Amino acid sequence: MISLKSKTKKLDEPIKDKAGFLDYLIILIIGIILLYPIIWMFMAAFKSNEEIFGTVALFPNKWLFKNFVEGWKGSAGYTYTRFFANTALMVFPTTILTLISSTLVAYGFARFEFPFKKLLFTILLAMMMLPNTVVIIPRYMLYNRFQWIDSYMPFYAPALLCCNSFFPYMLIQFLRGIPRDLDESAYIDGCGTFKTLIEILLPLMKPALFSAGLFQFLWTYNDYFNSLIFVNSVRKYPISLAVRMSLDSESVVQWGKVMAMACVAVLPLMILFFAAQKYFVEGIATSGMKN
Amino acid sequence: MRKKSFTKRSYQAYLYLLPWFIGLVVLQLVPFVSSFVYSFNDYTVGSKLDFVGLANYVKLFTKDKDFWNSLKVTILFALYTVPGKVILALLVAMFLNRNIRGINAVRTLYYIPSLFGGSVAIALLWRLMFMDNGVVNAMLSKLGFGSISFLGDTKLALPTICLLEIWQFGSSMVMLLAALKNVPKELYEAADIDGSGKITKFFHITLPQISPILFFAILNQNIQELQNFTSPYTITGGGPMKSTNVLGILLYKEGFSYFKMGYASAISWIEFAIILVFTLVLFGSSKFWVHYADE
Repeated sequence: MISLKSKTKKLDEPIKDKAGFLDYLIILIIGIILLYPIIWMFMAAFKSNEEIFGTVALFPNKWLFKNFVEGWKGSAGYTYTRFFANTALMVFPTTILTLISSTLVAYGFARFEFPFKKLLFTILLAMMMLPNTVVIIPRYMLYNRFQWIDSYMPFYAPALLCCNSFFPYMLIQFLRGIPRDLDESAYIDGCGTFKTLIEILLPLMKPALFSAGLFQFLWTYNDYFNSLIFVNSVRKYPISLAVRMSLDSESVVQWGKVMAMACVAVLPLMILFFAAQKYFVEGIATSGMKN
Repeated sequence: MRKKSFTKRSYQAYLYLLPWFIGLVVLQLVPFVSSFVYSFNDYTVGSKLDFVGLANYVKLFTKDKDFWNSLKVTILFALYTVPGKVILALLVAMFLNRNIRGINAVRTLYYIPSLFGGSVAIALLWRLMFMDNGVVNAMLSKLGFGSISFLGDTKLALPTICLLEIWQFGSSMVMLLAALKNVPKELYEAADIDGSGKITKFFHITLPQISPILFFAILNQNIQELQNFTSPYTITGGGPMKSTNVLGILLYKEGFSYFKMGYASAISWIEFAIILVFTLVLFGSSKFWVHYADE
């Protein structure tokens, strides 16, 4: 498949086919169409129902900041402070466990020779195609037996046990690009394999780990299906379930309030994305991404 | 080549693979087999397995009116979104594959919708925008068109949801753009000398060169979209008249609202079978259009 060598630098190389005014215009129009819904969402967060449904105007006539204040209060007795804390408690350990387990597994595959390696690697790749839906019911029964339902263990356990092959695969590809001489000389110098990994390879793997971490963060943060199934009590709701609940809990939906909380929900992703966009975009460009 | 045998180093390797191997057995292979077994049983939370043979499947195929509809809707969902997303991604990537100032910024901005893949917040936004009295209809009427019941019409609800998925073409685009940049320029120069036209160049150079990545994109999108749940569940809840009731929703309701785990497992295996068939067809077709450089 695709190697993770950084080839994206080529983007800035001059290409014969130069873009003209018309091209820039088309780029702008596509951009506006793509981003308009998000800008509209942000503006709708300040509007009343009358404005949301009555007009096409983008900017609100009257800026209702109280949508955010009211929305933040949440429902069923819990505020968004709680829901954000829950989300953090769900997402951060999941991300960190994923990075630890996939580093170990990637190291095992990329730097060691052992019997059945080829078979095991094929299984690793094949598991990328195993749909979540076909294992979700037995997993639910298993977690139920462990009394893990309504906790975040159903997120931590697959992360710890490296169940999403995408991450070790991504790191294996990256490790293949790091010369073996580096760790082999450390090994000959008397470093154990684990020490070699921690002291020699880990610092070099930072960019790949960062990309992998970002994607696991994003996917866990956005995940709805698993949260819906495994988290039952409002006290433990992550943001995704809370946003959905804001719709169901009222007889007349104040959409401005719902959109305010939708904005609040996507804001961390936007900040993260702009702070680390290089890792996002290059992570996809070089590893053959899903989603 | 080092000789592969059970050395001290190979035992260490197994130690590194241990977390994955436990996960593979406990959370993947055993559940995979279990759900197959469940599908032949009457089974709910807290009860014992009660073997019923093919009864769940027979009921699905002959008695459950929702099933055939859901099957159709799921396949349509994938047939609309996957080509829509991939073709749009390819077109935009090809358009951007030229000397553009600030290309990185453009790439970043176009990627933003993909950031929210599967996000409830964005699905709610879609629901609000496409309501009968929503902003899209307000715009249409400003432009002199009649209002359209996007989410209330059984024919339009599914395409409207698919539009949300297609809107998130950014990650496929970034991948394809990287692939396009890697096509050796000499190939195009040689084609220019031969006097080949744009279309010839596309089919004889561009497409074969980027085909492995295109294939990978289609394969992944397909697996994802056949399992989609969040968008239809949040935007229409499966309606109107079950016209967006994908298998994922059916499975969720049977399994996690009624806790009919055996029946839901049968649904999950049908879903798995569809994904498998689509995947095998794709792999089968790859012989004819996917070209690997090292072959």
